[in-house]
Amino acid sequence: MNVKQIARGILRVVGVGLLVATATAVAQEPIRIGAFLSVTGPAAFLGDPEQKTLEMYVERINAAGGIGGRKLQLTVYDDAGDAEKARTFAKRLIEQDKVDVIVGGSTTGTTMAAVPLVEQAQTPFISLAGAVVIVEPAKKWVFKTPHTDRMACEKVFTDMQARKLTKLALISGTGGFDKSMRGECLKVAPKYSVEVVADESYGAADTDMTAQLTKIRGTPGVQAVLNAGFGQGPAIVTRNYRQLGLTMPLYQSHGVASKEYVKLSGEAAEGVRLPAAALLVADILPESNPQKRVVVAYRNDYEARYKSDVSTFGGHAYDGLMLAVDAIKRAGGTDKAKVRDALEATRGYVGTGGIVNMSASDHMGLDLTAFQMLEVQKGNWVVIR
Amino acid sequence: MDSLVHSAANASSRATLAGALTARTRLVAALALVIASLPLVIANDYFYDVAITVALNAIVCIGLNLLIGYAGQISLGHAGFFALGGYGTALVATRYGWPTLAAFVAAVAAVALLAFIVGRPILRLKGHYLAMATLGLGIIVSIVISTEDRITGGPDGMQVPALAIGGLVVQGERAWYWIAGGALVAATWVASNLIDSPTGRALRALHTSEIAAEVAGIDSARHKLFVFVVSAAFAAVAGGFAALHAGFITPAKASFFHSIELVTMVVFGGMASTGGAIVGAAVLTVLPQVLTVFHDYEMIVFGGLLMATMIFLPRGVVPTLYGMLASRTRS
Amino acid sequence: MSAASVQYIASGLTVGSIYALVALGFSIVFNASRVINFAQGEFVMIGGMSAVSLLALGAPMPLALAGAVVVATVVGLVVEKLAIERARRADVVTLIIITIGASILLRGVAQVVWDKSVHRLPPLAGDTPVTLFGATILPQSLWVLAATVVIMAALTYFFRRTRLGKAMLATSHNRLAAQLVGIDVDRVLFASFGLAAGLGAIAGVLIAPIAFTAYDAGVMLGLKGFAAAILGGLGSFPGAIAGGLTLGLLESIGAGYVSSAYKDAIAFVIILGVLFVRPDGLLGALRSERV
Repeated sequence: MNVKQIARGILRVVGVGLLVATATAVAQEPIRIGAFLSVTGPAAFLGDPEQKTLEMYVERINAAGGIGGRKLQLTVYDDAGDAEKARTFAKRLIEQDKVDVIVGGSTTGTTMAAVPLVEQAQTPFISLAGAVVIVEPAKKWVFKTPHTDRMACEKVFTDMQARKLTKLALISGTGGFDKSMRGECLKVAPKYSVEVVADESYGAADTDMTAQLTKIRGTPGVQAVLNAGFGQGPAIVTRNYRQLGLTMPLYQSHGVASKEYVKLSGEAAEGVRLPAAALLVADILPESNPQKRVVVAYRNDYEARYKSDVSTFGGHAYDGLMLAVDAIKRAGGTDKAKVRDALEATRGYVGTGGIVNMSASDHMGLDLTAFQMLEVQKGNWVVIR
Repeated sequence: MDSLVHSAANASSRATLAGALTARTRLVAALALVIASLPLVIANDYFYDVAITVALNAIVCIGLNLLIGYAGQISLGHAGFFALGGYGTALVATRYGWPTLAAFVAAVAAVALLAFIVGRPILRLKGHYLAMATLGLGIIVSIVISTEDRITGGPDGMQVPALAIGGLVVQGERAWYWIAGGALVAATWVASNLIDSPTGRALRALHTSEIAAEVAGIDSARHKLFVFVVSAAFAAVAGGFAALHAGFITPAKASFFHSIELVTMVVFGGMASTGGAIVGAAVLTVLPQVLTVFHDYEMIVFGGLLMATMIFLPRGVVPTLYGMLASRTRS
Repeated sequence: MSAASVQYIASGLTVGSIYALVALGFSIVFNASRVINFAQGEFVMIGGMSAVSLLALGAPMPLALAGAVVVATVVGLVVEKLAIERARRADVVTLIIITIGASILLRGVAQVVWDKSVHRLPPLAGDTPVTLFGATILPQSLWVLAATVVIMAALTYFFRRTRLGKAMLATSHNRLAAQLVGIDVDRVLFASFGLAAGLGAIAGVLIAPIAFTAYDAGVMLGLKGFAAAILGGLGSFPGAIAGGLTLGLLESIGAGYVSSAYKDAIAFVIILGVLFVRPDGLLGALRSERV
C-alpha cells in the first residue's frame, strides 16, 4: 500500500466517522414542542388542564422512548389570557426556543395574536381555541382541535328544532369566547328557524344575574334560553334561573362541559342541556363507539394523575399533541413543511373531540357528529339522541 | 460690592444652568447610546420584540411620570388613552381607508383632544377621588370598546394594518426597533425640556402646594390640564405604535390592570425622574419574561420582588440609588 | 311597583351588600394610614378559599368559617408587619404599590396552595329562595345583608366605645396629634390591617355560597369595593355601606332598565357624576384643606 491509498483510507474512515457523529447528533436532537397557554388569568379554566395534559403526555411519550428515537421537549409559557403576552411568547418560542411545532393558544384572542407570526415563520400551529375565525378562511399553517362555536350553536338549534322551540333568549358574558359564540348563534339562527327575542349580557366576574334573567322572563314568547358562556358565570346563571322559578328549557355552551359546572350549579342544573364531546360521557359510550377507547384512557390517566375531573379543554390539548406527534411520525421528521402537509392529510384520526378528517380547506376536521347533546340528570350526564 | 455679589450669583446660576443643561442632555445622550448599541448584543427577533415593548411602555411611563411625579396628580385610567391611540389608528385606517401614518397622527390628535375635554372637569378632583374618576374613565373606555363589537371586533380585538411611511411598509422587528427607539429618545427629550421649562417649575410648585402656587400666580388648572393632555398624547403615541407593530389590538389594553401596571412602573422606577420612568418600564416589562423559569411560582416571585424593591428603595429605583450614590461620593 | 323592579332592587341590594363589606375593609385601612390597600380583595378570597379547604379537611361548618377568618386575619397581620410597617416612612403612593405587590403575591400563593378551580361553600340556611314583595331572594343573601348591618353596628360601638377603636379614629383624624397624645400609631396600623383582613374574610365566607370563590376572586371584588368606598366617601363607614349598596343598585337597575351590556359603564358614569357634584363622595365630610 502506498501513501496515497493510506491517506484515502484514513479520509474514508474520518468521513464515515463524521457522518455517523452528525447522524447521531441529529437523531438525539429533541423534538421541540412549544406552547403558550392561559394557565392563569380569566381563562385559567382552559389553560390549566391544557398544560397538565401536555406535560403528562410528553412525559409518557418520552418514557416510551420518544418518537423515532428522539425525545420530546416541551416549552410552556403562561400568557394569562393576554393577547399581547401571547404574541411575545409565540415569538419567543419561534425565535429563541426554535420549536418545531406549536400547540397552544387557549383563547381566540391569544391565538389570533400569534397567527401572523406562525404564518411568517412557517411553523405549524395547532390552536386550542374555539372561534370559527381561526380556521375560516383556512390559513396555511394554522390548525385547531376544538369544535367551533358555530358548531355548538348549530347543535343547540338542531335540538331546539327537534323540540319544536323557535323563540330564543340569549344571555352571554363579556369575554371573547362568549361574545364570539353569541355572534355565531345570531348569524346561524335563521337557518334553523330560530328567532332571537332577547339578548342580555353579564360581566365575567359578576355574582348575580337575576336582573338580566328577570328581563328575559318579562320578554313575551320566550321558549328557551341559551347561555353562551364559560367560567363561573353560567353556574350563577343556572342557579339564578331556578331561583327566579324559570321553567323554559335552558341550554349551556360547550364551554361549561365539565363536572365543575354541575357541582357549582347543584340541583339547579337538572334538565340543562349542552353540546359536548364524547369525553364527558366516556363511561356510557357504547363499546362500538370508535372514540370509547381513547376517551376512557385519557379520562383515567388524567384523573389518576391529577386527582381532579377531566375537562374537554384538556382533551383538546391531548388531541393537539397527538395530532402533532402523528404528523411528525408520518412526515418522518420535524421538517416544518412536511409536518404541515402531514397535518393537513390527517384522516380518520380518533381523538377525544371526535374523528378528525382534515383537508386543505378544513383545518379542524370535525363535523356535527363529533358533538353529543347531553342533559344533566340527577347530577350526571345523559346522552340525548 | 454689589457687582461682586451679582457676578457670584450669576456665576452660580450659570453653573447650575450649565449643570442642568448637561443633566438634561446627559440622559438623552445616554439613552441614545444604549439604543444604538443594543443591537450588537441582540441575538434574535424575540429580543428585539421585548426591546420594542420596553421602549413603548417607557414612552407611556415618561408621560405618566410628568403627571404623577411632577404635577402630583394621579391617573388610574391611562391605559384607556393607550388603547384609544391603538384603536383610533386601526379604525381610521381600516374604515376610512386613510394611510396608516396619517391615521396614527389623527388618532393621537383625537386622544389629545379627548383628554383636553375630559381633563378640565376631572382635574378639579383631588387625590383618591381623582384616582377613582380616572379609573372610571378607563373602565368606561374599555367597556365601550369591548361591547361595540361590530366596529371594534369586540373582546377578541381587531387586526391592524402595517405602518407605511411614504409608500414604504415598515416590516420586521429591526425597523420597528429603530422607530420605537427614536420615539423614546424624542419623548425623553421633550419631557426633559418640559421639566426644565417655566411650565415644569410651575408643576413642581403645584405639587408642593397647589394653594401656595396659586397664591404665587400660577394658573394651576391650566398647567394640570396641559400635563394631562401631554401625558395622554404620549400614551396614545405608544398605543398607536404598539398596535401597528403587533398587527392587532385588544380591549385588554384599556383595562384597569394595564393602568395599574403603568402606574406601578412609574412608581417602581422612581417618581419625578424621567430616567426612573424608563428604568421602571424596562425592569417590569423584562421581569415577567425572565421569571417564566419559575412557572407556577412566577406570581409569588414577581409580587415579592415588587414589594421588596418598594420597601428597600422607597423612593423608587433610580432616585434612591442616585441618592445613595450621591451621599457616598459626598462622604 | 312591578315585580320586575322589586327583583331589580333585591338583586341590587344583594350584590351591593357584598361590595359594602369589601368597602368597609378599604375604609378601615385608609383611616389608619391614608393607604388604599389593594390587597383587600385578596383577604376576601383567602377567607372563602380557607373555609373551602377546612371544610374539605373535615371540619364542621362553624369551625371552618371561624378558622377561615382567623387565617385571613393572620395573613393580614403578617403582611402589615413584614411589608407595611417596614415602609411606614415612605410616600403613600409607595405604600399603595406595596399593597399591589402583596395582592399579586397572595394570588400567587393561593394558586399554589389551593388550585385554579372555582369553589363553592354550602349556604348557611339552605338554597330555597324566599319570596319577598314579589321578588325572590336567596336566604344567603339575607344573611349577607344582616351581617352588613350587624358589622356596621359592631364597628360603630368599637370605634366609639373601645380604647383601640378610639385610638384608630384619632389616628385617622390626625396622625401626628395622635402620636403626641401617646397613641402607638404603629400598633393602630397593625390592628387595622388585622381588622380589615378579618372583615374581608367574613365577607368571603358569607358570599362564597352565592358568588363562589377562586384564587382570583379578589381582583374584581377589590375593584368594585374600592369604587364603592370612594363613592360613599373614603374613610366613612356609613359611606362604605351606602356606596356599596348604591353601586349594586346602579348596576342592577342599569341592567334591568337600560342595557345589561353597559351596566358597569352606566354605574361608573353615575359615580363620576356624583364625584363632580360632591368631590368627597356621598357621605364624605367636606374637607377643608390646610394650607
